[in-house]
Amino acid sequence: MSQSLTLNKISKFMGLGFISTLKDLFTGKLEKQDYAKFLRKFIVPIVSIFLFIGIWHMGAKALYNIEAEFKIEKALNEQGQAAADALKACIASGDISCQPNTLPSPAQVWDSYKSLLNDHRIISADKAAFKEKTAALNEKRIADGKDPIVYTGRPSFVDQIFRSLKTVFAGFFLAFLIAVPLGIFIGLSPTLKSAFNWFIQIFKPVSPVVWYLLVFMIVKTLLIDSSEDSSFTISFISVGLCSMWATLVNTAMGVSTVDKDYINVAKVLKLGPFQKVFKVVLPSSLPLIFTGLKITLSVAWMVLIAIELLAQSPGLGLFVWEEFQNGANDSNAKIIVAMFVIGIIGFLLDRLMLFIQNTVSFDKTDAI
Amino acid sequence: MSVITANTATSSDINASFPSHEVMLDLKDLKKVYPTPKGDYVVLEHLNLQIKKEEFVTIIGHSGCGKTTMLSMIGGLNEISGGHISVLGKNIKGPGPDRGVIFQAPSLMPWMTALQNVLLGVNQVFPHATKAQRNDIAKYYLQKVGLEEAFNKRASELSQGMQQRVGIARAFAIKPKVLLLDEPFGMLDSLTRGELQDILIEIWNKEKITAVMITHDVDEAIFLADRVVMMTSGPRAKIGDVLNIDFERPRTRKAVLEHDDYYKYRKHLIDFLEH
Repeated sequence: MSQSLTLNKISKFMGLGFISTLKDLFTGKLEKQDYAKFLRKFIVPIVSIFLFIGIWHMGAKALYNIEAEFKIEKALNEQGQAAADALKACIASGDISCQPNTLPSPAQVWDSYKSLLNDHRIISADKAAFKEKTAALNEKRIADGKDPIVYTGRPSFVDQIFRSLKTVFAGFFLAFLIAVPLGIFIGLSPTLKSAFNWFIQIFKPVSPVVWYLLVFMIVKTLLIDSSEDSSFTISFISVGLCSMWATLVNTAMGVSTVDKDYINVAKVLKLGPFQKVFKVVLPSSLPLIFTGLKITLSVAWMVLIAIELLAQSPGLGLFVWEEFQNGANDSNAKIIVAMFVIGIIGFLLDRLMLFIQNTVSFDKTDAI
Repeated sequence: MSVITANTATSSDINASFPSHEVMLDLKDLKKVYPTPKGDYVVLEHLNLQIKKEEFVTIIGHSGCGKTTMLSMIGGLNEISGGHISVLGKNIKGPGPDRGVIFQAPSLMPWMTALQNVLLGVNQVFPHATKAQRNDIAKYYLQKVGLEEAFNKRASELSQGMQQRVGIARAFAIKPKVLLLDEPFGMLDSLTRGELQDILIEIWNKEKITAVMITHDVDEAIFLADRVVMMTSGPRAKIGDVLNIDFERPRTRKAVLEHDDYYKYRKHLIDFLEH
């Protein structure tokens, strides 16, 4: 069973089929009837992206004009004609001190993106320099049994992305550890099912904010003597508890609805409970468990932003909130950059789960 | 009735009882009741049937008459409402590997290979054999059903007919006392069905495991069986008639089709079904 991994296979496997179409275009392998497919799969999305940017640009411009007119009129009413004229001239000159604060245009967002990257480069260089400078000192401190000096400067945007990913994976892992075993037990035993059903039905719809508060109450008390920063612990536990429900429900459903034929085979062969679970029940419910895990990961990523914001845990959520509070001229544009980054990472996480599902699961047609 | 009396030479007494040492499977006064909101629905009642050791019995009857219910009761997958089922004189309690089942759908675990599917049962029945021995048993039966090329193919990659071959190998490999077949070839096209009948009867000739098989196919019933048991239509279905098939074994399809008695048997069965 030696399967060569071609680009074609990988891209198809990950639900990115258009990549192989693109490759066929450049290698000249595209047949006539494939052009319609190429048009639909590749040209149409590109056109719609440009259309989206165009509408966004015009919408931002319109909002900008409304905001500018409102500002000028306000100046006129409150401070008189001279102030209004000065403001008008100031806005027209493009001076950042008096720009209307509204939805940023695509160009502004792109500039902010570049400035965030640049910022990251500066901070990284700074960090590297700091590390080099303190390397000798830290070695000595460790030898003396003291804590090494760590960089405590401002995290860059990229650092915050990784911090968010760390939180979301920790939360996802927690959800996995709780929901899958619990789901298996609930699915296997009707008694446990009735014991847990009210619990699931009531706590499933609870909002992330409330989960955060609950976790905060408990963790705050448990870590009362600890000096370490508890915001990460609180946020990843909250993310896990918020997002585990889909996996719990799907696992329980998958386990309790195994094909009757398989159960009959297990009965006729008199498989023991352990073998029945690991050889028959679990493999056959894997597709449903994975569907649950996929939902869990995307929910985890979605609630993460709100929870980081509340927990003051560094990450994209806190970044968005701080930019909003900051109110600098390019804050709005940075928020939009974060929005795209959040969306794209969410999409990639979804594809990652699909990839794992396709690798593990026997039923390759199930994956969407 | 005139047709049946004309064939009394081949039709055995439906209440025939055999010496107890010859009996493998004994159904006594079997009853099955399904409770419904409108009252009890009696599927089977006063059903008596004895099956001898090393006998191949096929069961035919109209759809919904309770054939499958009866077979799954023998398999222990369906509760007995009244009467007894015994194997070698011992009343059965639930399912067990002494009664192997070949289901209508192949019912293989699609995430396992053909070999793993067969091993699932073999490991259970021969826990004290070495791994190599168990592997040999599984491989032997897979070879017997003509799947030596497909040991390591996933069940989901096999065709319906090949899957059912694995099902046959799995059932024989656990060396049951009784083999229960619930229309195992019902979902296959006629060509594949013929192939699988040949494979089944070839293994059976070697192993001589007492077999009870449900079928809708009159030709299949005659070709495979020592006795064909006809069930009356439900509700309260019971054994309607039993036909002895006196062809010699091992049989070939050609010899059976050319035999003088073949059409007599066939007419008997069809007359019963159309009655």
